[in-house]
Amino acid sequence: MSTVGYVVAAWLFVIGAYGIASSRHLVHLCLCLAVVQASTYVLLAVIGYRPDAPAPILIGIKPDAQTVDPVVQALMLTDIVVEATVLALLLSLIVQIDRRTGSVDPDEVDLMRG
Amino acid sequence: MKHPWRTAAFALGAAGLAGLYLAACAGIPTANERPSRYGQLVNRLALAQRHVTDVVTAVNFDFRGFDTIGEEYILFVSVMGALVLLREAYQKTERDDEEDARTPRREAGPSEAVQLWTLSMTGPTIIFGLYVVGHGQLSPGGGFQGGVILATAPLLIYLADEFKTFKRVISYRLVEVAEAVGAGGYVLIGFLSWFDGEPFLTNLFPLGQTGTMTSGGMLALINLAVGLEVAAGFIVLLHAFMQSSLHDPKSKEKS
Repeated sequence: MSTVGYVVAAWLFVIGAYGIASSRHLVHLCLCLAVVQASTYVLLAVIGYRPDAPAPILIGIKPDAQTVDPVVQALMLTDIVVEATVLALLLSLIVQIDRRTGSVDPDEVDLMRG
Repeated sequence: MKHPWRTAAFALGAAGLAGLYLAACAGIPTANERPSRYGQLVNRLALAQRHVTDVVTAVNFDFRGFDTIGEEYILFVSVMGALVLLREAYQKTERDDEEDARTPRREAGPSEAVQLWTLSMTGPTIIFGLYVVGHGQLSPGGGFQGGVILATAPLLIYLADEFKTFKRVISYRLVEVAEAVGAGGYVLIGFLSWFDGEPFLTNLFPLGQTGTMTSGGMLALINLAVGLEVAAGFIVLLHAFMQSSLHDPKSKEKS
């Protein structure tokens, strides 16, 4: 189980990074960044994983029973919130780029123009 | 890809990553060899000291409550940044607001099936969002998750009708105030502890009975504040994006 998780995390990271490198559209580029970030969710989930352990919801289980690590899950929650808002910020940047340069192709947009 | 060197650079980076990642993974102990001491400690304390059954919420809003203030403000600042970037569109709109109200936005409105489905889901979505916010300390959920669910309710109304209706439903002023109250409320709840001579964010409220909605003391209140902030923040964002795209000079030329 753990091995699969590490492989999936790496795969998501690399395929997302490839998407960013080969992107022809800025919105597509942002979504690729979201895919890259999704790899961190998988990685955190795998790090916290314990075989046959229940979720850290202490209803009907003893407090000292082995559960999935709650700390990395809390980190993951932070991760998701940050991703959603940063994505919104990036998309509004793209709206501005489109308005100013009339293009959303990263190769055509001359971002350094004064 | 337009630039061959970019493919090469990517391939080089990917190869390097593959090597380092494999080396890193090889050294990781298996799940049974590394009990999470901190995780187990938190599990024990959450129930005994805080009367909270969802340990993830306990970590976020209590044990690491100070860090979550930072997280909440990442959200707040991002929303603000997006608004600043999209503001240029507002200035263009002010003069022809009334004219816009009269011109139909869509040639063909949404189908009746879409209207029926989205409008009938609006009520349940609000209830579900409030449920998720209110039960953060008991089961998976809390202010962040529930806030996003709440923010989808006006979006459903937009899908059923048009931007004008969306604007009427949300009452923008109120949403702005709600966002400020949510963002400031978290910090103010933390300050309350100072009046009792305790460190920032120390729980002063009765912990309540484990398993009820009022358990967790301060935690339930913070969840409400965060829920308000997230819901309002996302509605403000949606509003800004819709306003900016509807008043885009390019889309006007097309219509």
